[in-house]
Amino acid sequence: MSQYEEDLHLIWGEQVSLLQVKDVTHHYTARKLFKWKAPSKQVLSNVSFSIEEGACLGMLGPSGAGKSTLGKVMLGLERPQSGQIFFQGHDLYKAEQSIRRKIRRDLQAVFQDSYSSVNPRMTAEQIIAEPLENYERLTIAEQKRTIIELLERVGLTEEDLTKYPHQFSGGQLQRINIARAVSLKPKLIVLDESVSSLDMVTQTLILDLLKELKNDFGMSYFFITHDLKAVYQLSDTLGVLDHGQLTGLYEKDRFLKSDHPVVKEMKRSILAEHPRFRSIGTRALQQ
Amino acid sequence: MGTEQSTVLQVRDLHVQVHNQKGNSTIVQGINFELKRGQVLGLIGESGCGKTVTSMSILQTLDPKTTKVEGSIALRGRELNGLAEQDMRKIRGKDIAYIMQNPMNAFTPVFTIGQQMIESIRSHTSFSKKQAKELATEALHHVNLPHPAKLLHSYPFQLSGGMLQRVMIAIAACLEPAVLIADEPTTALDVFNQKTVLKYLDGLRSEFGTAILLISHDLGVIAEMADEVAVMQNGRIVENGDVFQLFDEPKHDYTKKLLSARLTLPMDQLAT
Amino acid sequence: MISIRKIFKGPKVIAICTIILTVLLIIAVFAPWIAPHHPADVHLVYKLQPPSWTFPLGTDHLGRCNLSRLLYGARISLGFAMLIFISSLVIGLIIGTISGYKGGWIDQLLMRCCDGVMAFPNLILVLGLVGIFGPGLPQVIVALMLVQWVYYARIFRGMVLSLKEENFIAAAKINGSSQWKIIKQHIIPNVLPPLVVIGTLEMGWAIMDISAMSFLGLGVQPPAAEWGAMIHEGKSYIRTNPELMIYPGLMIMVVVVTFNLLGEALSDQYGVKRR
Repeated sequence: MSQYEEDLHLIWGEQVSLLQVKDVTHHYTARKLFKWKAPSKQVLSNVSFSIEEGACLGMLGPSGAGKSTLGKVMLGLERPQSGQIFFQGHDLYKAEQSIRRKIRRDLQAVFQDSYSSVNPRMTAEQIIAEPLENYERLTIAEQKRTIIELLERVGLTEEDLTKYPHQFSGGQLQRINIARAVSLKPKLIVLDESVSSLDMVTQTLILDLLKELKNDFGMSYFFITHDLKAVYQLSDTLGVLDHGQLTGLYEKDRFLKSDHPVVKEMKRSILAEHPRFRSIGTRALQQ
Repeated sequence: MGTEQSTVLQVRDLHVQVHNQKGNSTIVQGINFELKRGQVLGLIGESGCGKTVTSMSILQTLDPKTTKVEGSIALRGRELNGLAEQDMRKIRGKDIAYIMQNPMNAFTPVFTIGQQMIESIRSHTSFSKKQAKELATEALHHVNLPHPAKLLHSYPFQLSGGMLQRVMIAIAACLEPAVLIADEPTTALDVFNQKTVLKYLDGLRSEFGTAILLISHDLGVIAEMADEVAVMQNGRIVENGDVFQLFDEPKHDYTKKLLSARLTLPMDQLAT
Repeated sequence: MISIRKIFKGPKVIAICTIILTVLLIIAVFAPWIAPHHPADVHLVYKLQPPSWTFPLGTDHLGRCNLSRLLYGARISLGFAMLIFISSLVIGLIIGTISGYKGGWIDQLLMRCCDGVMAFPNLILVLGLVGIFGPGLPQVIVALMLVQWVYYARIFRGMVLSLKEENFIAAAKINGSSQWKIIKQHIIPNVLPPLVVIGTLEMGWAIMDISAMSFLGLGVQPPAAEWGAMIHEGKSYIRTNPELMIYPGLMIMVVVVTFNLLGEALSDQYGVKRR
């Protein structure tokens, strides 16, 4: 934000963007007993961007670029060494407990590993009920009805209410995670490699589901992934995170045409859609 | 071309049953396929369709107490199903190599890469430690891993997934296997590494004539590398044929479903 | 081919062990109604008698009914072993969970306390308490409790530490759950089940400990009937009436072995339940 925008923000008190990441820097310090200056690993450096309401930002980058750390910082799970996260105008890490609790409900997440994201001892109903119990004052019957509606919305059935996580496949469990995430109709959902562990067919189904939900509820997404094809389905804007730095931010249409080296490498790495486009194997095109 | 299209591995009527508390249930049945020298057979299907079970039955690593493997698995004419464990051990790694999905699981965390590579090489050949080390260094160089000599002293956790997969391929290259089973070799890697790993995998084929059974749920992997494709659904092969034919004229409904479920990028924008 | 190991696994074993333990529990609770005589009733006229209709298992050196003493002994052994186990488990659970979840200086402080307590072998602690208060069952129980909780605290802390990193804990925080709700709903239910298994093994040890202390004369005081104490009293008559030692010894063995078998069978069973 420029100084002018910052002042505007203070005067009017309303957020310029739904979510704003400002100059976030973070590193992990290795704790060593007898060394004063422990070597630290720089994970994020001066990352700044914003997400508007209803928009979807995809964050690409190779493994180790700092994408997951960025996700955790944005969700309020890990305090960055320096920099700020503004959600709905409030500083996520400096706000009072009551405000934090209030804005929590609008900031949800779906993680990569669907199994470790749920308590293995809770039924599907209990898993989805948790956010509802924390924020809504529903009667038991109303809550159950809401949960059934959510399950059906994500493509599961009422019978799945009493099942445990180990009885579901990875794809089905991810749907439950999504149901839980949208139960409070949040403004922003962080999707951290949410489809990367699923097979091709399931990936497509889940991405379609996410598209529908976005239209239904008008949510924003922050989609962290290394998969260009997946991120293209959902995002309006695409960013590239490389070695902890945000090195490019593009509108979807211009992304593939850009000169950015990471983008170019990504394009080179895309696997062929049809054998006649292949660059490996017998009967391959000459490179 | 000059290379004979001889069959290296032949699987006939493979039928695997598992015995659990409720009785016997069939995991795969009626599996027939052949691996020819220097060719890649792609095995595609959703998770849980039996792809991994098939590969494990070829390697005879299924638990004999709970699973029953029927049918014929012939490696260059020699029957593998029911073969004694000590004979099978000589075959695993040397004649049939295996590359698994999560490369981190393939290595012991407490020994260095070098120690594990050298041990693999020496257990199947009569090389001395020094010779094995040289061979390993050469192989690592071949898959373009930086500073091979230094890499040998590293531990598995110090390398990324993509690098570890290349180390696996390097080990296979040292042993020049007749057959290589690659079980979802790129699934755990990010897109930047996938093509590279596939390239080196293909290198084994072109250099040593290794027959590759490439298992994946990703059609892109199949499109890049396979010569023939077998489509698996619920433990059976529902369609197989030449890869071009499969993509152009899929016959089975399930194949059509797989092909239509792919994510695409606008092709016009891809061309730089 | 039936392997020996296989005989001792599986739901059948769990069922049999549970039946045996339930019988023991019934004996312990209903001892006053089942036992033919009061365990402290002395009949010097009938001392050291072989089994008869009046005294089904004979009498000891003071003419007390052996059977009645065994039945009443179950109350002390089982009852107090359970008391020690549950109280040290609860203390260990509270301390271990707080220590593991909060981390930081609380964790350090509590763990250093644990280290301090662990330095005491329980025998020394009992002797210390006995020295101050004189011998008695309460001293033994308190001492065993004080030493046992540390073991549980460490186990719980370790489990909580690894649970904390799980994604579903992060998800619970994102869903707005408070710290206490997370501990109650997510941490504790995932930490307790393995303890049921460890607990059955621990019960065996607790019974052994009580009996050992009583055998040494530090715990239960006469005329109370407790298996360890009975062995202690019976050892003078080992040449003439070995049954005075054998009966209580057998009881201890049966109970401890049953608990151990149950614990091992449960641990096999539980390995399957988790994904």
